[in-house]
Amino acid sequence: MNLAQALSVVIPLLQDALVVHANGFISRESFNLEDRLGNFYMIGSMGLASSIALGVALSKPERRVVVFDGDGNVLMNMGSLALIGAQQPRNLVHLVFDNEVYGSTGNQPTISSRVALDEVARASGYVETRRAEDADQLRGAAQDLLVRDGPSFLLIKIEPDRQERHIGRITHEPQHIVRRFMEAIHQDV
Amino acid sequence: MVSGPQFVQHLRNAGFDFFTGVPCSLVKSIIATLEERGGYIAETREDAAVGLAAGAYLAGKQPVVIMQNSGLGVCLNALSSLSLIYALPCLLLITWRGYQGKDAPEHIIMGDILPELLSTLKIPYRVLEEHTLEDAIVWAASTLKQTSRPTALVLPPGVAA
Repeated sequence: MNLAQALSVVIPLLQDALVVHANGFISRESFNLEDRLGNFYMIGSMGLASSIALGVALSKPERRVVVFDGDGNVLMNMGSLALIGAQQPRNLVHLVFDNEVYGSTGNQPTISSRVALDEVARASGYVETRRAEDADQLRGAAQDLLVRDGPSFLLIKIEPDRQERHIGRITHEPQHIVRRFMEAIHQDV
Repeated sequence: MVSGPQFVQHLRNAGFDFFTGVPCSLVKSIIATLEERGGYIAETREDAAVGLAAGAYLAGKQPVVIMQNSGLGVCLNALSSLSLIYALPCLLLITWRGYQGKDAPEHIIMGDILPELLSTLKIPYRVLEEHTLEDAIVWAASTLKQTSRPTALVLPPGVAA
């Protein structure tokens, strides 16, 4: 399972969830698969997707907030796992697409093959921590965690794309992404 | 000197309703007041606090990020590649360690370049003084609304208790 295949399993399950995307291929692949109004695409500020999502989740406890994160991003801001564990936002679901490389800069290895990020999340206080290694496990776990009280963490082990791929960049201006996302937040659901 | 409860009341009166940051001894009483009232979110890093504030703003809050000026160095990428390009405002309450070159060695360089650094980032700012503090907070609240940019209030030693 690669990133596009994993995203194709998760996206149909999201319903009206607000989704904060980490920068790089995670944003770009998801944008090209399905550009949802409730998607916030980070184009820079690597590491901060889970911080942004926590700010949304604490301020809008009645809405389901999902993070599409990567292993490089999580490793850059592990303090965020600790703060999420400490704050216990019940509406937050943290999905980490772990390909063990920095994908958009040329597949340089991260250290996630040697560091169990799901164990870090568990030790930090996430209520549910799971791991998925194929599409069936991913579908089952995502379906469950998207309706359960969290904070929950799902580590999705995926294959890096070995061949260079051309994935289109986000074509929306950053401030347009903000306007759409704020409208999606304030819509009654 | 302005007390912690007075300072926090001025912030609340100006509409600020989400508080996070990383502490400095110069804002001890402000953070103590926020902690007592509940709802202050003790972040682990200043750039993560900027990210947290961005999320809170997206969800309709008016956030404040409290930090020592050393933390502004940590925040350069969060400010330049998140807050400034997406137009996600927050109030940055930044203490001024190394003020007038008088402090421990680790604060001297950042203390020296702080105003220049904020100007370079095109972040509007004012330096707080006791007798104009309330006006400065009102100015910051209206400036960040008008500009949609993070706006800074710089707190030198001896202003807040």
